[in-house]
Amino acid sequence: MKKDLLGIAELSREEIYSILDTAEAMREIGQRPIKKVPTLRGKTIVNLFYEPSTRTRTSFEIAEKRLSADTLNIAVATSSVVKGETLADTAMNIEAMAPDMIVLRHGSSGACHLLARICRSRIINAGDGMHEHPTQALLDAFTIRQHKQRVEGVKVAIIGDLLHSRVLRSNVLLLTKLGADVWLSGPPTLVPPGIERLGVRVSSSVDEAVADADVIMMLRIQQERMQGAFFPSLREYFHVFGMTAERVKRARPDVIIMHPGPLNRGVEIASDVADGPFSVILEQVANGVAVRMAVLYLLAGGAEVD
Amino acid sequence: MPVVMDADRMGRTLARIAHEILERNRGAEDLALVGIRTRGVPLARRLARILQEINHQEVPTGALDITLYRDDLMRHAVGAQPVVRRTEIPFSIDDKRILLVDDVLYTGRTIRAALDALIEFGRPRSIQLVVLVDRGHRELPIKADYVGKNLPTSLSEVVQVRLMEIDGRDEVEIQG
Repeated sequence: MKKDLLGIAELSREEIYSILDTAEAMREIGQRPIKKVPTLRGKTIVNLFYEPSTRTRTSFEIAEKRLSADTLNIAVATSSVVKGETLADTAMNIEAMAPDMIVLRHGSSGACHLLARICRSRIINAGDGMHEHPTQALLDAFTIRQHKQRVEGVKVAIIGDLLHSRVLRSNVLLLTKLGADVWLSGPPTLVPPGIERLGVRVSSSVDEAVADADVIMMLRIQQERMQGAFFPSLREYFHVFGMTAERVKRARPDVIIMHPGPLNRGVEIASDVADGPFSVILEQVANGVAVRMAVLYLLAGGAEVD
Repeated sequence: MPVVMDADRMGRTLARIAHEILERNRGAEDLALVGIRTRGVPLARRLARILQEINHQEVPTGALDITLYRDDLMRHAVGAQPVVRRTEIPFSIDDKRILLVDDVLYTGRTIRAALDALIEFGRPRSIQLVVLVDRGHRELPIKADYVGKNLPTSLSEVVQVRLMEIDGRDEVEIQG
């Protein structure tokens, strides 16, 4: 592995498979009576979160604790950032206390790359702006492989707010690297121009994207990132792009429904689909811990010399 | 390079160890086998088969990966992390007499890691150590309870155990 995990873009196929295989072993630790191994004893990991997060932050923290690392969480609302300190200054001050890794979530794309350049600590991207969210894409691939035994050749339909989604970008990069057949659909105002160049198919019809899909991945409507009107109303959005039990019937009979959370019930996904028999949404959450343990373990070793 | 144990010899060695296990434990009651990955696992499965043939009693068998318990992790500035594989112990080890199985006993560090890993799964009544080859050069106070073959070696030599399930043939060879 390289020094940092900044995005799926920087990972090779082999590195992705190595993370997924390691995560298989890590999953078993979570099923033991004592869910802890001594591997990262004496390592200090700082979770630095500039954006609200429940799932990702908790998942990283549980993963770190299961590997016996010492962890601390910095939530920006209670930190010096509110006094006007820059990201680089905050990072250099944390760095002065010699942590081994920094897990960063930040609202600006490229924030992790900046820290990786100025910090000796390993940097793990837990979501940067609209750029990447690599551990989410890795846990999604892990979940797909668990159900479909492979990622190559699997038809994945990704539906929703494609424009603002770092989950989308990481997933497209990862799924195309592993040879999945990726279809995207969403309102034309929320489709990033030129996304086809990444080797995916874009359809304005959800029904076409979903037809015979092995996997349906719903994306959240990110109202907090939307400045302007991208569609007339949430009701209309649900009517045209929402995942309903009726639409699910167009996919393969063994389809799995995924969602990175948090859910907007009745906006991008109907409640009976989110809670229904095809939904693996909570399995994704469980798998997130194993995948993050794998990433932490693999990054904690010696870095490749570039 | 000399082959010090062939397939025939290995089969008889494992049969002898199985008899020793039954003699020492007065039967197979409460016994369970745990093989250390990689080559301890097929050896444990073979012992389970032989024990069942002799005693007509199934002995639960598991696989242990000790990578996350190694004492040499994170000690090198460069190089990839060792591959972690699944641990599978599909039974409770509480109050069991555990037979820990590995192919080669050398420094004892693998066994130290395995003991730490195993204890996390419960409190066995006892842990006994089974090895196919003991090549000496211990760095920790660890001793095997059942030894297939004592093999005096020099530090520069490599003891290679090959098993049908993994390597396509059964033999023990000294290289170097």
